[in-house]
Amino acid sequence: MFDTVANAASVRYRRRVWVNRLMLGLTIGSTAVALVPLVLILSYVVRQGVGALSVGFFTETFRPVTIGVAGGAGGVLHAIVGSALIVGAALLLATPLGVLAGIYLAEYRSGPAATVIRFCTDVLSAMPSIVVGVTAYVLIVQRTRQFSGLAGSIALAVLMVPVITRTTEEILQLVPQSMREAAAALGAPRWWTTLTVVLPAALGGIATGVLLAMARAAGETAPLLVTVLGNNQLTFDIFGPMQALPLLAYRYTEQPFAVLNEQAWGAALILVVLVLGTNILVRALTRRRAG
Amino acid sequence: MIATGQPVSRSHRLRRRLRHGDVPFRLLAATFAFVVVALLVAIVGVAWDGSAAAREAFGLRFLTRTAWNPVAGEFGALPAIYGTIVSSAIALLLAAPPGIMIGIFLSDLSPARLRGPLSLMVELLAAIPSVVYGMWGIFVFIPFFRGAIAEPVSRALGDTVPFLAGPVTVGRGLLVAGIILAIMILPTIAAVSRDVLSVVPTHQREALLALGATRWEVIRHALLPYARAGIVGGMMLGLGRALGETMAATMVIGNTPRIDPSLFQPATTAASLIASQLPTTNTELHSSALVYLALVLFLITLLANSIARLLVWRVAGAAGGRR
Repeated sequence: MFDTVANAASVRYRRRVWVNRLMLGLTIGSTAVALVPLVLILSYVVRQGVGALSVGFFTETFRPVTIGVAGGAGGVLHAIVGSALIVGAALLLATPLGVLAGIYLAEYRSGPAATVIRFCTDVLSAMPSIVVGVTAYVLIVQRTRQFSGLAGSIALAVLMVPVITRTTEEILQLVPQSMREAAAALGAPRWWTTLTVVLPAALGGIATGVLLAMARAAGETAPLLVTVLGNNQLTFDIFGPMQALPLLAYRYTEQPFAVLNEQAWGAALILVVLVLGTNILVRALTRRRAG
Repeated sequence: MIATGQPVSRSHRLRRRLRHGDVPFRLLAATFAFVVVALLVAIVGVAWDGSAAAREAFGLRFLTRTAWNPVAGEFGALPAIYGTIVSSAIALLLAAPPGIMIGIFLSDLSPARLRGPLSLMVELLAAIPSVVYGMWGIFVFIPFFRGAIAEPVSRALGDTVPFLAGPVTVGRGLLVAGIILAIMILPTIAAVSRDVLSVVPTHQREALLALGATRWEVIRHALLPYARAGIVGGMMLGLGRALGETMAATMVIGNTPRIDPSLFQPATTAASLIASQLPTTNTELHSSALVYLALVLFLITLLANSIARLLVWRVAGAAGGRR
């Protein structure tokens, strides 16, 4: 009788051990499987993109392509300039707004006003980028009857603000309370403390937040599609249609010409290097500070 | 120090002058903070205003009409809503199980040395611009999917299962979009699962281990029930991302505003319909219908995200406010 009990127990025990192995194996397998698309996509982008890179790729603009004619490929200088101007203007708009809103949330955090603002930041950060693009379209493009880089900048700025606000708030909360108290004990008023003690201590963290928001905005395509439209010429006029790297990647992908498809991959490579490079850099910097 | 009163009085004067800065500075910060609120209000207001023509013409029937014909001035949101929800549901179905498994691995099983690099790689997956996913979908995934999966499956099962009916023509369609979206939301689900699982108190694990449980039993009976709300919240956040994703969906779904039962056929999502048509609208009704659609999309994602935040907050808040 003891035998059968022991047997049944050991069968059940063996089953438990096997279930354990199976499920743990599944978690490892899932993690491995998740890395497959990352490796596939990155290696494909690099393979295709490197082929497009040349001096002309960075110094020339669009050159018309006709079927059957082998010709120079031109380059994407107009898209690089457009992206830089659009994202740069978005940065100028979003940084002061985001940082000051973050300061308000961190330093004057009590009360229902802060809750409302925090809720709105959350809603804004979860808003689909195309909805923001549509708003900029209705507000600016439809009113002025003109697609413009500036409309794109405003849309991107709206997408960046919640990211910057959130990071600023979180970083400011990490600044030790004792530093604020020390400044107060020396007789500094609160705003002076914020500006000369708290903010400098948090500057690195805020900068990384702004950098991450910028990297994310640089890769955004949808809001630009309905506001900036695209342009084959090199232009510095932010009040007119412009080209941008993600926009060019999208448009050239839909073209039947292999030359343009290749340039699309070149643009995609620039974007991926920019975005992933920023992410890894930020990670390395924050780890060094923390360690 | 007491010899001359001058420096003291000067710093005193400085202090008094600075003291006046408190109220203006607070007002300045508050103003900027309220601009954030104003932005949200403005977006909703502008979308409401911009969709006036379509709202007048169709009212709420817009949501149930199936015709989308810009030339005839017929607009209905149902095909777009159907495509949005079905492609996002496919994405969630495909991404949730592996996403949660990854979260478990990263929070509890991974060797400490691997945890950082693996987390970074999962997060990089989230950082890749969506247009790159779309390009990869067009050039690599769709040709592979059409030849290796869609055509054989639709030939074998298409006649009996309407969801898998052929003929597979362009290869772009709901299922492809769902799969690409799944890859894109996987990191969201994995990261949130990892975060809510790692705030489960250690004594919960130790209690079960002391009873002789295997590691999987600890996970199954202690960690997952404790973190369930948070994990569901992570899934809803992923769903929200899939619902609003534009470029990848636009590029691989085929942009055909009609409802076809087969997952292999081209369809459209709200976001991709807007992105592909808004820049080239000719009539006011057309653009206003697209703005109306954007408003509907915003409300759908707002709903998904509100549920998500509520669930994640409940877990993270109970465990000490870590998000």
